[in-house]
Formats: sequence, C-alpha cells, structure tokens
Amino acid sequence: MNTDRVFKALANPTRRRLLDSLRARNGETLGGLCENLDMTRQAVAQHLRCLEDANLVATIWQGREKLHYLNPVPIHEIYDRWIAKYERQQLQALSDIKQLAEGD
Amino acid sequence: MEKPQFVYVVYIATTEEKLWNALIDPQMTSKYWQHENVSDWKPGSRWEHREANKERTLKLVGKVLESSPPRRLVWTWGNPADEGREEKQSRVTFDLEPVRGVVRLTVTHDLLEPGSAMLKGISEGWPKVLSSLKSLLESGQPLPKLW
Repeated sequence: MNTDRVFKALANPTRRRLLDSLRARNGETLGGLCENLDMTRQAVAQHLRCLEDANLVATIWQGREKLHYLNPVPIHEIYDRWIAKYERQQLQALSDIKQLAEGD
Repeated sequence: MEKPQFVYVVYIATTEEKLWNALIDPQMTSKYWQHENVSDWKPGSRWEHREANKERTLKLVGKVLESSPPRRLVWTWGNPADEGREEKQSRVTFDLEPVRGVVRLTVTHDLLEPGSAMLKGISEGWPKVLSSLKSLLESGQPLPKLW
C-alpha cells in the first residue's frame, strides 16, 4: 500500500533476515523467530511490527499464538514497477554472468 | 490444529462487491489470472479452474465450502486426477474486509501436502495472481503474462 514503508522495512539487515527465516519456516511465533537472533524479544517484536506495517509480514491468531507469514505481494509489486518494466532480459544476462563468475 | 502454510494479504483500492466479483467471474479471472474460475458458487458445488485459451484445459478442481458474499469464500483445491480423494485436497479461504477506504483481501491456503509440487507451485503463484488482481482493479490493467 505504501512503497516508502516497504523500502524502509527492507533497508535493515535484521528485518531482511527475519523475512528469510519466514521463507524457510512460514507461520512462526515471535518466540520461534527469536531463537536464531541474538537480540531481545522486544527488539525482534519491533522489527516485526515494522514489517507488518509494510505488509511484508501477515499475521493470524491461532488460539493464543500469533503466527507470522511472509507476504511477498508488495515485493512483487516493486518487482513489477521497478524491474519488469526495465530491461529484464539484459539484467538476467548480467545476473547469470555474475553467478557463473562467482561460482554460486 | 494444523497451521496454514500460506497467508497472503493485499490492500486494494476498490469495493468489496467489485473484488468479490473479480474472484468469481470467469471473464474477470481470465484477465488477471489467465484462468477461468467456473462454478455456480453454491456451497457443495464444483469449482473448476480452466486455462483461458482455446483448449480451456482443466488445471484444478475443487468444491465450494462456503460462500458468504461479499466477505468470505472458501473452496477446496486439488489436481483433477485427485478429485474425490479427500486427503489430497487443500483449501483456500478468501476474507474481504473494508479498511480505511480500501479492501483488505486475505488469502489463506492450508491443508497442502508437505513437499508436494502443489505446495511449491502455490508459493510462487499467489503473489503474482494477487499483484495482478490489484493492478487490474486499480488501474484497469492486469500484469503482463504471469505464467
């Protein structure tokens, strides 16, 4: 809904790491997400709120547990707006070369 | 209780009625999804998901579980080859809710078989479909070819 919020939320390594954690294990609780991070529960909760405000994380309640889900829809919108419309093929070729060169 | 595998949220500047119609009208779904959703949308009725081309290939099939316009729509989702096999059916729930002048659409997909091709396909599919739906309703233009 708000592109500024999405970019701001993504401009932080901890928040990107949280998104990666959810990609691996979708539907985690706050406690589960804290396990892999050397951070207070409060700090993690704050990062999650920022991701939720940007709609990058969707939450549901199941009983007394709040579950967090990766919501990549805003990233897809950014992709469509900022990448797909530009030179997608050329970018893909460059990215392939980089991957080959770096042996990734 | 099993937790859902996927929960997606998209905010769309439209009305609940228009969004509801965009989920159930085959002409609308073929625009942003490139597939037709075909059903009479009565609970218990069959739902078909057909490719929007000449062949109209049946890609997915399921049963309408709940239809409460314009708020909540639930149907089962499975491969045509698995029709009638309850354990192979997953479930998708659409919740529509007006918030601050727009509509929040929450799509919950659960009961997917762990490790299945369907689970993998779904994690890539929904974000595209929902972005395209938003684009169509807000600008009149869906996203270019999704698949």
